[in-house]
Amino acid sequence: MPLEYYVIVAAVLFFIGAAGFLIRRNLLVLLMSIEVMLNAVNLTLVAFNRMHAGNHTGQIFTFFIIAIAAAEAAVGLAIVLAFFRLRSTVRSDDADLLRN
Amino acid sequence: MNMLELAFFGLCALIALLGAIATVAAKNPIRGAMGLLSTIVGIAGLYLTLAAEFLATIQLLVYAGAVVILFLFVIMLLGPSAVSKREARGPWARYVGAGALLLSSLAMLALIVRAGPATPTAFAKAPAKFGTIESIGHELFTNALIPFELSGALLLVAVVGAVAVARGKQIDPTLLPAADPKGKEAQS
Repeated sequence: MPLEYYVIVAAVLFFIGAAGFLIRRNLLVLLMSIEVMLNAVNLTLVAFNRMHAGNHTGQIFTFFIIAIAAAEAAVGLAIVLAFFRLRSTVRSDDADLLRN
Repeated sequence: MNMLELAFFGLCALIALLGAIATVAAKNPIRGAMGLLSTIVGIAGLYLTLAAEFLATIQLLVYAGAVVILFLFVIMLLGPSAVSKREARGPWARYVGAGALLLSSLAMLALIVRAGPATPTAFAKAPAKFGTIESIGHELFTNALIPFELSGALLLVAVVGAVAVARGKQIDPTLLPAADPKGKEAQS
């Protein structure tokens, strides 16, 4: 398979995730859009690593990104839970405690 | 180019893209989580075509097995209020978002056009042990040992922090600026 196909699929995935992050305002959907974008980046890293098959740098990077994404999901969901306990909503527009 | 490989690639890419659209467009976050699951499975299939077997396994175990389940737990914990009623953003934020999206898509299109109709670069044959658990593990425990240990510490800190943030405790009602969802007036 040519490299370009993977890059285009990853770019489209990234744009879908970015669009979701910019347009939606449900905090859970925002976190899931971040996961989609991280997955798109991982795909490009692995594809470029396949092109330079002499070492595993891209795959090691992807490994660490997956670990960090898991930590990010745990902390982000905990924050969503705490926010929901405070305001009983998950709309991102209601997160305005620091505005005034 | 192998026809079977192309079919597998197309199937996985289609699953991933449709899942991403479902994630972003679903009104109910549970449907969104299912779309995220489909994206993850599709990308694991794409990893297989890239000779990254270990990463495909990790993708299924960690993302599909842990992260999506965590999302589902939280969505079910929140119950029906996980669906926000008024969804669309205000016009200002929407125009900025759409503009940024349009600009970046145009940039991508320009890059693709500028690359021209050059012949796609096919991959050379991968070395024998490329992407297997053995070689990745060897790399992790030699060259990337310190980042590996640090990521363990990071996960520990994240778990402790998540428990500390999400732990239920009584909130002093006098500290609450607005306990009700639409209590903007109570703030001022």
